[in-house]
Formats: sequence, C-alpha cells, structure tokens
Amino acid sequence: MTELVAEAPVVEQTADAAYPYNNVVPGAVIGRWAEGSDPALVVAPDKLIALLTHLRDQESYDFLSSVTCVDYSAYAGKARAGIKERFDTVYHLYSTQKGGGHINLHVRVPEGDSVPSATSVYPGANLQECEVYDLYGIKFEGHPNLRRVLLWEGFNGYPMRKDWKEAYFEEENKPFKNRHPAEGYFWHEDKLPWGSNSTYPEGWDPESWQTPISYVPVSQAPEGLGYDSEKSNVGAVGELDTQSIVVNLGPHHPSTHGVFRMLARIEGETVLALEPEMGYLHRNHEKIGERNTWLMNMPFTDRLDYINSMSNNLGYALAIEKLANIEVPERANYIRIIMAELTRVVNHMWSIGFILNDLGALQTPALYAIEEREMILDLFEAVSGSRLMCNYMRFGGVVRDLPAGWLEKAKYMVDTRLPNVLDELDRLITGNEIMMARGRGVGYLSAKDLIALSVSGPMIRAAGVPYDIRKAQPYCIYDRFDFDIPTLPESDIFARYYIRLLEARESVKILKQALRDIPGGEFLSTRDKYTFRPTEGEAYVRVEAPKGELGFYVVSDNKANPYRYHVRAPSFINLNALGPMSVGYKIADAVVVLGAIDIVLGEVDR
Amino acid sequence: MEDSPATNFQDLKSTQTQNYLHDTIQVPDDLQANVMVTTLDKVYNWSRTSSMWPLLFGLACCAIEMIATAASRFDLARFGMEVMRPSPRQSDLMIVSGTVTKKMVPAIVRIYNQMAEPRYVLALGACATGGGPFKEGYNVVSGIDTYIPVDVYVPGCPPTPEALIYGLLKLHKKVERQSIAKVSWYKKNTSEFIPIPVLGPDVFDPRQVEMIREYTLGAGAVRGPAAAEVRVLPQLLTADQKAHLEQVRARYLAKVKQPA
Ligand code: SF4
Repeated sequence: MTELVAEAPVVEQTADAAYPYNNVVPGAVIGRWAEGSDPALVVAPDKLIALLTHLRDQESYDFLSSVTCVDYSAYAGKARAGIKERFDTVYHLYSTQKGGGHINLHVRVPEGDSVPSATSVYPGANLQECEVYDLYGIKFEGHPNLRRVLLWEGFNGYPMRKDWKEAYFEEENKPFKNRHPAEGYFWHEDKLPWGSNSTYPEGWDPESWQTPISYVPVSQAPEGLGYDSEKSNVGAVGELDTQSIVVNLGPHHPSTHGVFRMLARIEGETVLALEPEMGYLHRNHEKIGERNTWLMNMPFTDRLDYINSMSNNLGYALAIEKLANIEVPERANYIRIIMAELTRVVNHMWSIGFILNDLGALQTPALYAIEEREMILDLFEAVSGSRLMCNYMRFGGVVRDLPAGWLEKAKYMVDTRLPNVLDELDRLITGNEIMMARGRGVGYLSAKDLIALSVSGPMIRAAGVPYDIRKAQPYCIYDRFDFDIPTLPESDIFARYYIRLLEARESVKILKQALRDIPGGEFLSTRDKYTFRPTEGEAYVRVEAPKGELGFYVVSDNKANPYRYHVRAPSFINLNALGPMSVGYKIADAVVVLGAIDIVLGEVDR
Repeated sequence: MEDSPATNFQDLKSTQTQNYLHDTIQVPDDLQANVMVTTLDKVYNWSRTSSMWPLLFGLACCAIEMIATAASRFDLARFGMEVMRPSPRQSDLMIVSGTVTKKMVPAIVRIYNQMAEPRYVLALGACATGGGPFKEGYNVVSGIDTYIPVDVYVPGCPPTPEALIYGLLKLHKKVERQSIAKVSWYKKNTSEFIPIPVLGPDVFDPRQVEMIREYTLGAGAVRGPAAAEVRVLPQLLTADQKAHLEQVRARYLAKVKQPA
C-alpha cells in the first residue's frame, strides 16, 4: 500500500502535506488537536481504516489501548470554536514492540453520522465500540455485533451525551447549591411521584410495553472477528449427531465473581461460542465523574477496581498531574510505589485464590491466599483510615504522611512474611496434580491474538510478551528500581496462575528497595490548592494496574470539573478475549478461563 | 462446694443455656442433669439463629468485605453462618452487598422471590441502603428497599467486617423475638410474590404502572404544557400536581388492599 499511495497526485493533498502520514495514506490526517497538552491528529473518517492498518503493519503500533468518544456540544474551551462536528471518537495506539508513548487520533463525527469500525484492524475495539454506541449512540460501520453492552436494549437515550439528564439531575456541576443551608434542601425522591430514580418518555404507555429482544450472537463461533485462531479441537464432537444448546451463566452465579453473565453455546460440554454480557454493575462512574470536581473523583476511583484502590488512585492522580503540570515530591513518589506494589501483591494473591476456587478447590486455598491480605489492609488502614477504599493519593502527592512505626511494620511484612507466604503458595499449588491437569493447555490463545484483542497485563505476559508499562514507558520512579518482567510462554490457565505468583515476587523485590531508599521530606506539593482549573487540553495516562493497563482519559475545558472523564478499564477490555479463549474447551473450563482473566465487576461495568 | 464433674456440668449447663430455660416450670432436682424445660419458640429461634445460611451473592465492593467477614480473620463460622449457599432455595438470609443497579434489580427480586420463608434481608453498605455514592447515577436504584423489605441496614462504604457482624447479631436478636405462633409464614395466603421490575425505557415497578401512565399519558394533568421534550425531565412538583398524584396513589393503595 505504501508505494501505491505515495505517488498519488491528489490536489487537496498539498495543503495536508504538513501533517504526518499523509505521504503514505493521502488525505488521512486533516488537522491537529490539543496541541498544548497531548497532541492528537484529526483523521478523515473514510481514511481511518487505511491509516490504522498502516500504523499497525508498518509502524508497529499493534496495540489499540483505548477507543472512546467525547461529546463537545457543551465545550467551553476556545479551541473548539468553528468546529461544527459534535462528537470526536478518540483512539490511543501503543506499540508493544517498541514501547514508549502513544499516537492519539481523533475522528470528528457530526451528530447522526457513523464512523468506520476499527474492529477489522484491531478486533480489540469490539467491546469499546459497543460501549461508545451504548452511551453516545454513535454507530460503527462494519462492527460485527454492535449492541448495548452496559445498558439494556430499549433504554431511552444515550446517557453520556451532555444534554441527557438523569432523573435525579440537579445541576450541571458540583458542588450543588442546595448543599448550603440557606437554600433549603429537598429529597430527590420527591421530584417524581413514584419516588425513584427513573423517568419515562412522554406518551409512553407502560401497560403495552414489550421488552425488545436483544440479540446476543452465540449462534456461531466468532470467526468473523479477524484474528486467526490456532485451535482446531472444536470439531472433535462432530461425529455424534447432537444438538447444541445455549447455556446462561449469571448474572447471579457463584463462578462469575460478581454480577457478570456469560452466554455459551455448547455441544455436549464443548463450548462452540461464548459471549459476555455485562452492565449489571454499571454505576455511571463517568457521568458522575464529569459532574464532580477534579478532586471529588478520587474516592470514586477507589470503587472501580475495589480490590486495588491504591493503584486506581495512582492512575488518576498521574493523569491530572500530567494535565495540570503538577510536581510530585520525592517522598510521595516512593510512598505511591510502595502502595501500588502492595496492592499488586494483594490482588495477585486474591486472584490466585479465586482461580483455585473456580477450579473447584472451594474456599480453602482462597483462605490461605487472602490471609496476608488482611495484614496489608491493616497497613492501608493505618495510612488512609480505610481498609478498602483508601482514597489516599492527591494531585501532587499523598494526603497524609506515613504514621510513626509504619515503615517498620511494612518492612517486617515485606522481608519476612510475604516471601514466606508466596513460597508456601508455590509449594501448595504449583506442583499440584489437579492444577496441572485442569490448567495446562486450557484456555490457550496466541500472543498475537491477545494483543490484537487489546488484552493487557499478566494475561499477555503469560503468553510470552514482555510488555509491562513500568518498563515500557516508566511512570513515577519505576525506572530506578531493579526488577524483572517475568514471562511464561504457555498462555494457558496454569501460566496465568503462575505468572501472578512470579509478579508478586517481583513486587516484593521493588518493595524492599523502596522501603530501603524512601527519603524524608514533603509528601504533598499542592496543599494550598483545594480546587484548580487545568488549562484546556486532554491527557491520556495509563499505569500497569495489577489487572492490566489502566488508563485515564481526561479532557479539560479550563473549568473546575472534568469535561470528559473516561476510564480504560483493563478488566472490561480483557473480556474481549473471553469468548475466543473458551471456544473449544469444556464449559467447566470456561469458568476458570474467566477466573484467570481476573476481572472485577466494578471496573468492567464502571 | 465440691469441684466434681457433675457440678461443673451443672454450672456449664445453667450458664450456657440460661437464655433458653423456662423460668416458671421447675424441674425436680434429680432430673436436673437430664431434663431441660424451655419453650418451643426458644428452641425454634435458637436453631434458626445458630444456622442461618446466607445467600452467596455479591454485588459490588461491599461483597469483598463480606468475603473478608467469612474468611479466617473474622470467621463467620463462629455464628454458624459460614455455609454460604449459592442457591436461594437453601438460604435464609440475603445480604445485599453492594450497588443495586436497574439492570440487576429484576434478578435480585426474582432471587428474593425464590427464597423460602422465613427469609431475611440485610442491606450492606450505603449503596444497598439508599444508593450510596452513586445515588444520582442513571442506572442506580436508590436502595434495595424500594423493591424488597429489608430487616437490617448496615451503613458504611464499605462497612467493616465488624459492622457486618454487628448487623448480623442484630438480625439474630430480631429472630429471637419472633414467635412461632405469630410468624406470618405459617399462615395461609400471606406470602406474596413481589412483582419483578421491568426494564422499559427506564426500569419500572409493575405496581406503579397507573402512576406512570398518569404522568406520561395524562400530560395535561401532571405537567404544564411547557414540558414538550421527548423525555420527561424531572422537576419539583407543584402543589396541584402533588394533590393529583396523591389521589392516584390513594386509588392505587385502595386497590391493593383488597384481597385478591
Ligand atoms: S457502599 Fe461503598 S463499598 Fe459498598 S458497594 Fe457501595 S460504593 Fe461500594
């Protein structure tokens, strides 16, 4: 394609020659955006697929991290003046081969228009495009299965649009006026006669309502998605004349780690197709987040991946620090890394325990695995006052210093207890025969497929890809520590279990160094600033959360509230691979495949 | 006093079973070691409180604290509650542990309907109690008690395991006060199914259909002519509208009170 288009003499192209990539895909880039903050290229919709293909194949941007959308209709910033299109779909691409930063692409979409779907180039856009369609109503041309994933078929409207108001709508931005006593207060419940959080369209008759049937395509194996599956044991049951059936698991099911639902088409016990269905914990994190002030979102991030509140805090704090250029003191950086690595240990132990739970070793291994968690939660409680929802980090540091004696306790944990416990888990589980039999060779998907599906974190490292943001694009002060990125080549359940154990060991290594080197001094650089207005622009920052790549995309129009606040949730996007990984294995294995992805529903549904 | 095994046993028995002994019926001294007189209520409630099986049912972050409560450190087994049953048919207590969303609430009500009586509900955390931090969200139900009856509320975000245990002990207290002669579940025709909420353009309770119709179809009666948007935006109701809706509500209440 490169030679073909390089020569093509298109007249309008001369004006575009100043933009990159127009020499290879003529007319693709038609402008720039957000120059002052996180520079983006504006792409012509009809050239999007060609440009993405070029970036993937020639420039090795093989990882589509995030697809999202911004509704600019209420944007107050100056940069948008004169731009008619209401929506921008936003793409962030990374390279797992080169590491380093991203390419940020915007596609301008007028209201009612559609965008070509990126799924033909990056199958991992699948769920994210569904989410954009669900919340913004933007159609993606060529998407294999565009449906509402978080809400339900028949829901009235597209809630993330700026002009969509919920039943309890009060004011555009917090803090709300009626929180001041002079205004008096009211109950939201009094606004509507039925006293609940719902409104209905005018002229709608509840008596004649028929719930639309939502089509979840589990009728065929998902071959049309564009990745090449290397498995071929699907046909093994073909000789018997059997009939395949659809089995529903969830949303209330002990294997689904919360309120998650899977629809599996099985023949005998073999999975022919499997489709995830989510949204049962969709708590409107982003809508609420765009009403909050910047700082108010911090406690909400705790509730995303509620096992790892500290690393969510870290990701969000880094995003805003990048957007608003805030310095972080040395000591705070160390504290942050200590907390983030402690949560990683907690998370990995938790997930190991629950992988075993899913394998049928009910409760006992999980009790062993989460024993240490309580000790670490005590450390968190000592610094933040809360076991689970720490709300500990702030823009420019952490909210308070470590209490006296904390470091000694942490050192004792890290030097003595944690290594022993990890060794104990290793002894108990790794050589176990059932673990081997159930885990080896189950849930295989090649590294190439996983990356194409935008899977990140321990999942791809268990497939032999040494990609970890802490090394590939170091944030905080990770570049100062000596640690390895463990990888395993097998890409099966067993490897996904074992990689977590190895990573926890590396975390202990980092913790030892950080606890040894932590300096004294200031721990928060912005103590004088309660609210602030970052200058106009946008930022996308990702951290290596225990579950994978956690990204925060924020847009500021120079107000005290985020204009757009989007979370790239690793659990959600890793679910892209659930169907492909389960196909061909037994239905009981699909449960473990899900467990080994290690999802948390707070983050899947947000 | 002699420190013989027999007296020890007597002491033990009298201290440990004190609560369950009957205070007016006297047992002859020579039978004291073998016979204990109590009331049926006490035995019935004692057995129910000491083996109350919760439904294994986690919704959100609060479920993590629920798991922590069941794990080694806090150990729900001390209260006979460690047997979490995934099937509603086998469980006595539903711990609604987390944010109740509109998409999930039909499933929760269905599960509640499937539980056999006596059944209890504990709302764990701010979300299950009243919507919590996400109350304003478009997909969030302001507390599970808008749909199913709740026995104990445990506040907190998330409540600590200690708080959950305190709530469970409160529930035990409640159970201990019930009398087998009066409890509703041995009477005829008292157990009602709770109508399953329906996912329409927004979730709605089938019991409120009339009220909703009044609002969406009887446009003139409820709202002024100004509300011409496709979607009904919430606003504080005027006195007339309130009065009108009061009438609708009264009509509805009168209707449901009549025996089916
Ligand atoms: S009350 Fe708090 S911790 Fe519990 S589910 Fe709600 S947000 Fe999560």
